[in-house]
Amino acid sequence: MLDKELRSMIGQVKDGRMDRRAFIKHMAAVGLTAPLANQILALGGVAMAESASTYKPTKRGGGGALKLLWWQGPTLLNPHFATGTKDQDGSRLFYEPLGCWDPDGNMKLVLASEIPSIQNGLLAADGKSVTWKLKPGVKWHDGKPFSADDVVFTWQYAKDPATAAITVGVYRDIVVEKIDDLTVKITFPKPTPFWADAFVGAGAGQILPKHLFADFIGSKSREAPTNLAPVGTGPYKFVEFKPGDLIRGVINPDYHMPNRPYFDTLEMKGGGDAVSAARAVIQTGEYDFGWNIQVEDDVLLRLEKGGKGKTVYAVGGDTEFIALNFTDPNVEVDGERSSMKTKHPLFSDPVVRKALSLLVDRESVKKAIYGRAGRTTANFLNGPEKFVSKNTSWEFNIEKAAKMLDDGGWKPGADGIREKDGKKLKLVYQTSINGPRQKTQAIIKQACQKAGIDVELKSVVASVFFSSDVANPDTYPKFYADLEMFQIPLSQPDPSQHMRRYVSTAVATKENKWQGTNFPRWVNKDYDAVINAADMEMDPVKRAALYIKANDLMWEDTVFIPVMHRLKVEAAANNLRPVISGWANETDNLFDWYREE
Amino acid sequence: MSQYILRRLLIAIPSLLGISVVLFVVLALAPGDPFSELATNPNVPPEVQAALRAKFGLDDPIHLRYLHWLNAMLHGDWGFSFVSRMDVDKLILQRLPATLYVIGSAQILALLIAIPVGVYAATRPYSLFDQIANTLAFVGFSLPTFFTGILFILIFSVTLDWLPFVYTTDIKATGVRWVLEMIRQAIMPVAVLGLFQAASMTRFVRSAMLDVIRLDYVTTARAKGLGQAKVIVKHVMRNAMIPVVTLIALQMPAVFGGAIVTEQIFRIPGIGSLLISSILSNDTPVVMAVTFVFACLVVLFNLIADVLYGWLDPRISFR
Repeated sequence: MLDKELRSMIGQVKDGRMDRRAFIKHMAAVGLTAPLANQILALGGVAMAESASTYKPTKRGGGGALKLLWWQGPTLLNPHFATGTKDQDGSRLFYEPLGCWDPDGNMKLVLASEIPSIQNGLLAADGKSVTWKLKPGVKWHDGKPFSADDVVFTWQYAKDPATAAITVGVYRDIVVEKIDDLTVKITFPKPTPFWADAFVGAGAGQILPKHLFADFIGSKSREAPTNLAPVGTGPYKFVEFKPGDLIRGVINPDYHMPNRPYFDTLEMKGGGDAVSAARAVIQTGEYDFGWNIQVEDDVLLRLEKGGKGKTVYAVGGDTEFIALNFTDPNVEVDGERSSMKTKHPLFSDPVVRKALSLLVDRESVKKAIYGRAGRTTANFLNGPEKFVSKNTSWEFNIEKAAKMLDDGGWKPGADGIREKDGKKLKLVYQTSINGPRQKTQAIIKQACQKAGIDVELKSVVASVFFSSDVANPDTYPKFYADLEMFQIPLSQPDPSQHMRRYVSTAVATKENKWQGTNFPRWVNKDYDAVINAADMEMDPVKRAALYIKANDLMWEDTVFIPVMHRLKVEAAANNLRPVISGWANETDNLFDWYREE
Repeated sequence: MSQYILRRLLIAIPSLLGISVVLFVVLALAPGDPFSELATNPNVPPEVQAALRAKFGLDDPIHLRYLHWLNAMLHGDWGFSFVSRMDVDKLILQRLPATLYVIGSAQILALLIAIPVGVYAATRPYSLFDQIANTLAFVGFSLPTFFTGILFILIFSVTLDWLPFVYTTDIKATGVRWVLEMIRQAIMPVAVLGLFQAASMTRFVRSAMLDVIRLDYVTTARAKGLGQAKVIVKHVMRNAMIPVVTLIALQMPAVFGGAIVTEQIFRIPGIGSLLISSILSNDTPVVMAVTFVFACLVVLFNLIADVLYGWLDPRISFR
């Protein structure tokens, strides 16, 4: 299939017969354009290029104030404690990683001086180690030099369980060693196709200064004064922080990138709600940038008329989905509902699952709710492009669904609800409380009714639904319902973590206190095999094919009914040129932001 | 008298303890936990989540956690926020100025409107002024602040573009300009909250005045030939104000507690918005501290009111 084609193209790039841009264009043409295109090239033996910057200003500073509005303000400024993206965003104003992701998912160097590749010898061909060269001459905001010691320290800090870092999962299993002052080597316990996780991106990548945190490692981590007053290497220096309310920064005159940053001061205001944040940016222009504007498109279009700002979109891999429960939520076995010892009485018939999938009108959901912020999809895995399956397609067809159920022996009873062997097609469909979600529920319920399926809608407060509270029956991992809808963000431009959640060993049960990630409790040996193979596969082309296969297995079994591929929505002043990536945090590329005069 | 005050103080201690037990148990039993966001974070292995819970003592039995909290509180340690990993008292002190400024100004505005309007309306019951005042008061306290808040924003910020609708603690100006900016950004929230409270208070003042104005001693005063103004101010108002003062005293805790809805709409970083965001993120130490401070204030002002009664009417303190 595409395998051969890709391979020959990589060969052409290697030989210099095709330039990198043409390669990426070709990949797009065959439906494979990839935020990870460059990483494919790197692993295929061609170096990853740094993405071209759109930054125009020719001198540092002079841009005045940049006013950011985060409707959930950051509450702490230590990235390794950051429980939500808002906290990563806040600390990323000051701290920096080795590299981050640009809007196309290409790597952008920040504190590293070279992108590791097999060519330049920094990436081991067996995928078991990667070496990073650091930029020389970088200084912390307090004037101390930045070096390999800081990188090694950050690893030691985060991997220590007593530190209670949120990023421990990234650092626990790797070994980081200093080669010299400007070189560090990361060794992985097994071949790691996605080597750009540690020290890259805003989530786990931000590097802490050793000289300020060394005394506060492990159980003393909470006492560090720098938890609330960061000293980083970033484009802006810390001035003031009021949790949940305000962060202030000023330009770093010694910043290590030429002509950057553009703005002289920085303010991040927190609090309020998304609609009024959109209003303050788009309509009245009080602020330059509004974060995560989850507002219905109608409202945004209205605000944009004659306003001072506009909406900005970034494509990532977030999918709003409906998950089907493969176990019985209504029968208790050994004090546990949705137990692995049960089978779902209705969904054990694949016809019912397939029919349900036909009843989800994605086009109407897009029109009525998501507008420009959504794309209809049949895939669970919607990005990066090269991992996206072209083998699936969705359809909305009530008659077809009805006929399917008829043929399957599900006949309408006296009350119009279909039944078979005394089991009625009655479903409980739960989700978190959130305007768009309740509207989507209503649209789907209506179609189901027409097809003779009775759907009871249930909505749970988000703080309960997404909690790991073992005592609460309404959390999503417990899944005491037939259907549930939400999304799990794809936080990095690689699907390995995301897809590993649904292997059969990860089923959420009472035994593991519902900490397992496989909440649909779907067990499929083929899927397990594909995921295990992909985890070790160093050939990027084969690896992409494996994840596409994994997605298709989910589609065939109707484990998830994907509803919408969601884009990131932000609000920006008309003259602001923000750089937003679906694969990064909003503040990740802040050094490249400027204002068009 | 001093015995009476001592008695009231001694009663206050067990009530505060009782309140703290109730608050603590309710919070402990409430659904959700502060590490809910970790549940969907693939970087956090389950055993790390468990370790975090254990570290913050979330898995201990309730009574142990309560005793631990009480002991720390008695030593002046308010605990620390799970979400900010910062001391709770610092967090509250950071939020207090904005709350006191905005809610306090609103309270003063309410008094400045309610007392003259209520008094004047009571002296001329069923006159045109009284009827207009009454109608406005009804409209005023029927409209919730989240509605008037958004209405004000649409009129004064969006349409007319006169006032900012995002309250900021970081005004880049000094001297007179700083003061003017502080006033400018507080106009809308203070007006929304002040008018709302003025409406109900006006009704209260008016009825308190009417109760007194019909009493015989007022008629006597008038019969002696005293002027209308003197009768109203010296004879009627002084007596009518006793219940009004009580009402104001009991509303004082609200000044410290913030106004959740108004603070949310105008993004005022006050205690109210701290409380709501802490509740949403299940940050129990902060919720506990804020609600307990609030409870203390209610008890304190009740105590002050009691003492005032004893002073006004000595018979009360001997009962």
